[in-house]
Amino acid sequence: MTRRWVSFALIAPLLAFLIVSFIVPVLLMLARAVTDRDLDRTWPASAAALRTWDGEGLPPDALARTVAREMLAAHRAGTLNRVANRLNYDLVGSRSLLYTTADRLAAGAPGETLADLARIDRRWARADIWTVMRHADGPLTSYYLLAALDRRIDTGGHILRVPREQAVFVDIFLRTFKIASLVALFCALLGYPVAYLLASLPRRIANPLLILVLLPFWTSALVRTAAWAVLLQTNGVVNDLLQYMGLVDAPVQLIYNRLGVYVAMTHVLLPFFILPLYGVMKGIDPTAMRAASSLGAPPLLAFLKVYLPQSLPGVAAGAVLVFTLAVGYYVTPALVGGGADQMISASIAFYTSQSLNWGMAAALSLLLLLPLLLMLFAGRTMVRTVPA
Amino acid sequence: MMTRRALLALLAPLLLASCGSGSDLRPLTVVGWGGSSQDAHRQAYWSAFSRTTGIPLREDSWRGGVGVIRTKVMGGDTSWDIVQVETEDLILGCEEGLFERLDWSALGGREAFIPTAVHDCGVGAMLWSYVIGYDGDRIKGAGPRNWADFWDVKRFPGKRGMRKTPKYSLEFALLADGVPPDQVYPTLRTPAGIDRAFRKLDEIKPNVVWWSSISQVPDLLGSGEVVMSVTSPGRLVVANRTEGRHFKLRWDGNIYAVDYWVILANSPRKQEAEQLLRFMTRPENQMRLARFIPTGLTNIEANRRVDPKLKRDTPSDPANMTNALELDADFWVEYGDQLTQRFNAWVAR
Repeated sequence: MTRRWVSFALIAPLLAFLIVSFIVPVLLMLARAVTDRDLDRTWPASAAALRTWDGEGLPPDALARTVAREMLAAHRAGTLNRVANRLNYDLVGSRSLLYTTADRLAAGAPGETLADLARIDRRWARADIWTVMRHADGPLTSYYLLAALDRRIDTGGHILRVPREQAVFVDIFLRTFKIASLVALFCALLGYPVAYLLASLPRRIANPLLILVLLPFWTSALVRTAAWAVLLQTNGVVNDLLQYMGLVDAPVQLIYNRLGVYVAMTHVLLPFFILPLYGVMKGIDPTAMRAASSLGAPPLLAFLKVYLPQSLPGVAAGAVLVFTLAVGYYVTPALVGGGADQMISASIAFYTSQSLNWGMAAALSLLLLLPLLLMLFAGRTMVRTVPA
Repeated sequence: MMTRRALLALLAPLLLASCGSGSDLRPLTVVGWGGSSQDAHRQAYWSAFSRTTGIPLREDSWRGGVGVIRTKVMGGDTSWDIVQVETEDLILGCEEGLFERLDWSALGGREAFIPTAVHDCGVGAMLWSYVIGYDGDRIKGAGPRNWADFWDVKRFPGKRGMRKTPKYSLEFALLADGVPPDQVYPTLRTPAGIDRAFRKLDEIKPNVVWWSSISQVPDLLGSGEVVMSVTSPGRLVVANRTEGRHFKLRWDGNIYAVDYWVILANSPRKQEAEQLLRFMTRPENQMRLARFIPTGLTNIEANRRVDPKLKRDTPSDPANMTNALELDADFWVEYGDQLTQRFNAWVAR
């Protein structure tokens, strides 16, 4: 009992550090996927009025007046951008609508009735802007998560698909998981023999070879990706070689498409598969294989029955590691992929750093994180069920 | 004795750590875009600034995106003072209060600068463009003259390099479709106009190699992967100078924009940052920048006094500005999310 407490005390600082610097910020960020405080914090009276409004048709004059007053006050306080950007996510054009209206109100235009607002801009006489405001009155929202699944909610509360030309995230998610799975598979096919070789060679030869596996870590992933561009381009080394050997007549498109993504990502991630597998293979007792042979098993059967099952935890660990890293990739697909090879982290990066739509970034992150956690859990169970 | 030493040993790392993060102990930090642009700024301004004022400078570089700055300000990270930003970053960051409001009288007044370079939160650092670039060694003779030629794959067979963003691509598509420059953004503000731009992009889509970093362009053109590309002039001009290339630029229908200097609201060295800002915007100093990188200058007097030869590959040369279009950052702040989503769906189809 005391020993357990001592060991807990030893890891307590690390745990506290992780909670403060990692877990709490991640949860705070993910919370943005379901919370919606921009409007109700900036326009509290309007948010309250929107909640009591039945949402049928156009709003009463009292609500329009409250909105106009708080719009002007927020404009003067320099906080109008919060509401303007939030409404614009849902209804493009709302941003300039709010700013031009606030400018006109500040210049003395009346804002006492809905008709007054409609005189400033006739879009105020349409139901859609009011519906969007009503959906944004917080404190919780389904908007971001639905949008991340190419869905939206209509005035009547029904969940609909977004128009086809706007539907993109489901495709990108499926593509991301497909690319990551295949990269993990390619790493397994290429990495297993290498790890086996490293584990079975005498240390004197294996160590220099291991350094060769580690060597790419000394070069940035960006440089390695750029190097593939040189090799795989239309007039590049690989195409020249293929034509010289007479395998193809004209250059083949090897890059700026999915093939380029697979090649570059498999190369960049291969060490992450080999190393954990090598660690596991080193722990496999070589006498077990000899025992199998002495009992009459041919080499292939001995490998399948004795060696492979014992090495599977390493395969699972390597595959999970590669898959997890691969779903987060976006620089490599951006540099060697084509139009149809963008992965979900590129969208997350866009919303985080370019457009400041952190609710959307959080929703996409949450949808990426959940399958990953499930997979990690499945990976653990798989490793556990493998007979030791 | 022993305990005191142990106590010291325990405290020393803490003391060191608090010194390290103490922002008042780090030098003034300026953040640029890296690469040849950052080199040019160092040569033109930063070395001279430290030499004449005795204020040490630390450099950092970034790839843009106001979210990076928002994260820093929210997280209490005060490691940057003065940053070069794009127009959309300037607009969004200024609204959020991430940037200081500038004291324009100290900078010589708003009228000392070209109008697009003046903003409450930022002053223009450089004026740059996206133009058509091609390799004169591969396309002999006349070459493409404008965006309609860029779209003409019969006369100029081969792939085209374009930036993998709706920004610029949609504007160039409308120019290629014959929309006059001053009507491009009004057209894009209508659903029919957006459809029209995407339809025009459909025509060229099978022949496009999409790039995501401007550093890819010289390689794409140089290796013959593409015969022409959307590009910023700087890198091709530098490649012509240093590698004996014959890249050519076509300015007709270029899109130009300004990058700005901003001072972060949480900068602990605001006075020094303002000093550096004044130094970088003075005409006699800005004139030097044009020597190191082909860029348009934002100070009107600097533009008047700079050697006309240095203007040749920049938006400051009136001859380059036929049918030119100023990037409408307000449009992209408002439509960016929707159009990026639609563009990503379109480009994958």
